[in-house]
Amino acid sequence: MTASTPTPTSTAALVTYLLRLADDNLILAQRLGGAISWMPDVEDDVAVANLCLDHLGQARNLYTYAGAVEGAGRTEDDLAMLRGEREMLNAVLVEQPNGDFAHLVVRQLFTDAYQVPLYEALVASADPELAAIAAKAAKEARYHLRLSSTWAVRLGDGTDESHRRMQAAVDGLWSFTGDLFTTDAVEAELAAAGVAPDLDALRARYDATVAEVLAEATLSPPTDPYQRIGGRTGYHTEHLGHLLPEMQSLYRAHPGAEW
Amino acid sequence: MSAATDQGPATDQGITARRALHDALAAVPDPEIPVLTLADLGVLRSIEEIGGRVVVTITPTYSGCPAMAHMATELQAVLERAGVEGEVRTVLSPAWTTDWMSAEGRAKLQAYGIAPPPAAPADGPVPVALGHRRGAPGDSRQPPAVHCPQCHSARTEVVSEFGSTACKALYRCLDCLEPFDYFKGLH
Repeated sequence: MTASTPTPTSTAALVTYLLRLADDNLILAQRLGGAISWMPDVEDDVAVANLCLDHLGQARNLYTYAGAVEGAGRTEDDLAMLRGEREMLNAVLVEQPNGDFAHLVVRQLFTDAYQVPLYEALVASADPELAAIAAKAAKEARYHLRLSSTWAVRLGDGTDESHRRMQAAVDGLWSFTGDLFTTDAVEAELAAAGVAPDLDALRARYDATVAEVLAEATLSPPTDPYQRIGGRTGYHTEHLGHLLPEMQSLYRAHPGAEW
Repeated sequence: MSAATDQGPATDQGITARRALHDALAAVPDPEIPVLTLADLGVLRSIEEIGGRVVVTITPTYSGCPAMAHMATELQAVLERAGVEGEVRTVLSPAWTTDWMSAEGRAKLQAYGIAPPPAAPADGPVPVALGHRRGAPGDSRQPPAVHCPQCHSARTEVVSEFGSTACKALYRCLDCLEPFDYFKGLH
């Protein structure tokens, strides 16, 4: 192998990368689904259902493609429903519980601020199928960011109580964002081949978006730099172990079930 | 919409049958907004004959559009009713945009009480950036005005960015006070 030619990606690396992206969306969709009927008004119940649907659709596209690349006959359902906690590769951010509305908004804001530049960069991926999935998802992520940033500003710069809750959510969720920009050999290999973007470049856009929204929302980023990372290699917080059985029990009891 | 005719009898009868099939496929309504056909919506991308089989290609509006399976089933049923062997394929690229909605489709939406999406922007996508959180008048990031489908007033406001389907938002008219659906522009 010479340094001048793009590295051909190994199947294993591409599958791992696709599962990381897919798992983020599936787990977040499951969280958002659990929030339907718990929103402050009916319009936001509809909004959260729409967000859930978009993330679920993105997950389905990514799982279907991951299964095809892997070539072992696993379907989107197999990948979503028959993998255990240590096999799930989502960022720990998205598995955090819904908590109050402030927590849901901040979790969504951090996710959207990451997914917008991620998907926009993936549109130029050397992998045409991944680029096609990202082209659809990018439009959706931009729309999600409008909702989450609007609510972040409205609540952060709202009443004393809404401000207090938003600051608590920012402080509480901040240390779970590290996974979004943690890289390993998988990302490095795919970035070298032009399949995945350089995460360091995305980081600058993420930081700028979050800083802009927090400033307008009169919220402060925490000063504690601690980050709880590990989701990308299957080391999760305690919450995923409770989420998965609820999500997977039907399919595990009735393998191959469709509903 | 393309219609490759790489084989098949070039008789008047064959052409008539083929035209009828195209018309029947293009007339399949959207299950959630039945006033629009899949052709009006731009979801129906092509009808081709490949190796003697008819291949109908559709593309989803949104990644998670729950109506895609239903649309594919309906199109497949049209093929079967016509006694034609074929299949329905779903493609993601190029990504669907409201720019593909026909002028006729926009007029139908308006008459149905749903504000149609704006026409394609003159140069490139509308920068949504962080949206219109505090959009000052004249802010270049402001989305185009949405007109009330009932009284055509431009004095309308967003009630919710998300509506009853993935492709719609909920608005309210400040003149006639009617709430209405807006088919979101997606460029």
